[in-house]
Amino acid sequence: MPAPEITPSSWWWLDAAGLERLVVALAAGGYRVVGPQVADGAVVIRDLASARDLPTGWLDEQDGGTYRLRPDPAAGTFDHVVGPHSLKNFLFPARETIARFTRAGGSWSQEELARHEPPLAVIGVRACDLEALRIQDRVFMGGEHVDPGYAARRKKLFVVAVNCRRAVATCFCHSMGCGPAATHSFDLALTEHGDGSGPSRFACEVGSARGAEILATLRDGLHACTPAEVAAARAVPEKLAARMHARQAEPGQPRPRSLDTEGIRDLLFGNLEHARWDDVATRCLSCTNCTLVCPTCFCASVTEVADLSGDHVDRERHWASCFTLDHAKIHGHAVHSSTASRYRQWLTHKLAGWIDQFGTSGCTGCGRCITWCPVGIDITEEVAAIRATPAESAGGGHASGPG
Amino acid sequence: MHPDPADGLGPRAADPWRSHPARILRITPEVPGVRTYDLEFTSPRVRAAYRFAAGQFNMLYLPGIGEAAISISSDAATPAVLAHTVRAVGNVTDALARLEPGDEILLRGPFGRPWPAERLRGRHVVVVGGGLGLASQRTAIYEFARHRDRYAGVTVLHGAKLPAGLFYAAEYAAWRAAGIDVRPVVDEGDASWSGHVGLVTDLFAGLTLDPANAAVICCGPDPMMNAVARAAAGVGITGQDVFVSLERNMACAVRHCGLCQFGPHFVCQDGPVFAYDSIAELLAVPHL
Repeated sequence: MPAPEITPSSWWWLDAAGLERLVVALAAGGYRVVGPQVADGAVVIRDLASARDLPTGWLDEQDGGTYRLRPDPAAGTFDHVVGPHSLKNFLFPARETIARFTRAGGSWSQEELARHEPPLAVIGVRACDLEALRIQDRVFMGGEHVDPGYAARRKKLFVVAVNCRRAVATCFCHSMGCGPAATHSFDLALTEHGDGSGPSRFACEVGSARGAEILATLRDGLHACTPAEVAAARAVPEKLAARMHARQAEPGQPRPRSLDTEGIRDLLFGNLEHARWDDVATRCLSCTNCTLVCPTCFCASVTEVADLSGDHVDRERHWASCFTLDHAKIHGHAVHSSTASRYRQWLTHKLAGWIDQFGTSGCTGCGRCITWCPVGIDITEEVAAIRATPAESAGGGHASGPG
Repeated sequence: MHPDPADGLGPRAADPWRSHPARILRITPEVPGVRTYDLEFTSPRVRAAYRFAAGQFNMLYLPGIGEAAISISSDAATPAVLAHTVRAVGNVTDALARLEPGDEILLRGPFGRPWPAERLRGRHVVVVGGGLGLASQRTAIYEFARHRDRYAGVTVLHGAKLPAGLFYAAEYAAWRAAGIDVRPVVDEGDASWSGHVGLVTDLFAGLTLDPANAAVICCGPDPMMNAVARAAAGVGITGQDVFVSLERNMACAVRHCGLCQFGPHFVCQDGPVFAYDSIAELLAVPHL
């Protein structure tokens, strides 16, 4: 019998040693490999030297304003869910030089920016963050203007996705229609098998020709998944999805969240003066955490960074937040002068304005904004509160849905 | 026809952050604190490729200081020289005020949706400029003056606090000679003032026009635009024929920075010109 081909849509078994060889092969292929690791009490994404540095045996507990890691002997390598970092930190970095100018003889000229960054390979990307990737692609590459830095990094990105088999109480990807199964935008996708009693094995789905190429370099010791094994692997995120839809709590965990998106655009734009905005403003610290951890928030401002001579100037783009007074200021006048107006800007943009702007919600249900809010403000709860007592004009009024 | 993307101009620019050196040819003091800068790209190739439409804006850039979004206020038929009328109110505009003819700045653009030329043709156009707002409309006025016969009428209502604040007043004579009805309005007159004292909206009732064949283009503070739309409605001009130009914070001008959002709109790309009807409900919401 001829050996099956490693092609897109084929499935292969990787054991723990195979996962290590994948990390090594990516590094040998010139990629900067990053992946989840335990650091500073959280699972963060940073440079990954070895699969041994992945958070095997760790679980995260998340709730409004709460994030705790605990070791669990039954936990596999990817049973934690998302931490504060996402692909955004790498593709749309918090600080980036977007233009460089030098002055000579009284005249300014713009230098070409050298883009020497190595291609990036990210291990452990969840369905919510694959959706966030697709959303940021639309923001930075889907319009009349393409952001050159983002596009250069995106083109070279290698994604090793993971199908979630566990959700925390802040997860609601199922209600945003984008998880927990990884269905797009990956080069390879792993489904973990194992209960901690021994090393996990990973059913690896090939998502792209590039993924097939890398996997082919691991050829020795690879064997194909049988159709029954593929079905069993596909069932893993499906079972989790069913539990999430049923809002069935994980053992010892609060009930998972859900967000009702029915007619949400008109609901929010029809309630721009709802009393709930003032209510949430009594709790919101306007700290910007939600926008920083959000995998899709893309607001940015530009700072001038000059050397002492003033003849060399970098234009540095850095993340901005609609929770700051500066965000919408016009010569001295701050448009979003109250916390209520800033929270309203964030929520209506994320869940409503985005639909007009990009044909998609700006929310993936990753739950980071709930976890990392210091006071535990819950986006799903705020929407539910407005839905429970909509203004009379709700759903009526101004411009119809996305066109 | 689009300019060559390699020039970094227009909608298909290879790098939206590409700025081009431009020399200050002339600085015209308009009123205290407001100057008009006539700029010319130093590169003949860029100069030849650059085109704009009335109502669009450029990002004026001073390295080390920053960028400001400024309407283009010169004649679109002569895009080799680009006028920008600027009030010194911040870092960038204050620094601009310290420059002299011959100095160089940088510029990228043009950006934004212009005044809707096709919707205006054949109609009686009422131009309402409050304060610096008229700067974004002067390009359109030049077009109306050149092709006055293409419009049923053209009326300019120019509002300012004081007579001394009516910049471009030196051009009234030329506009009138071209058949444009120019009516300046001030909040507070002085001994020499013979025009109207009050608000631009006071004049709507006295205009002779067919409201079914009229349109308003308006630029000024948000509350003024609401008031103008109400006054226009009062004489039978509906919100779909009232066009307003909004001002919001902008860092990129290409829909990437998110700062200029107004409801679901990016003012830099969906605007700055909007049909009043499409944003009336948003304009009614405080702090949006």
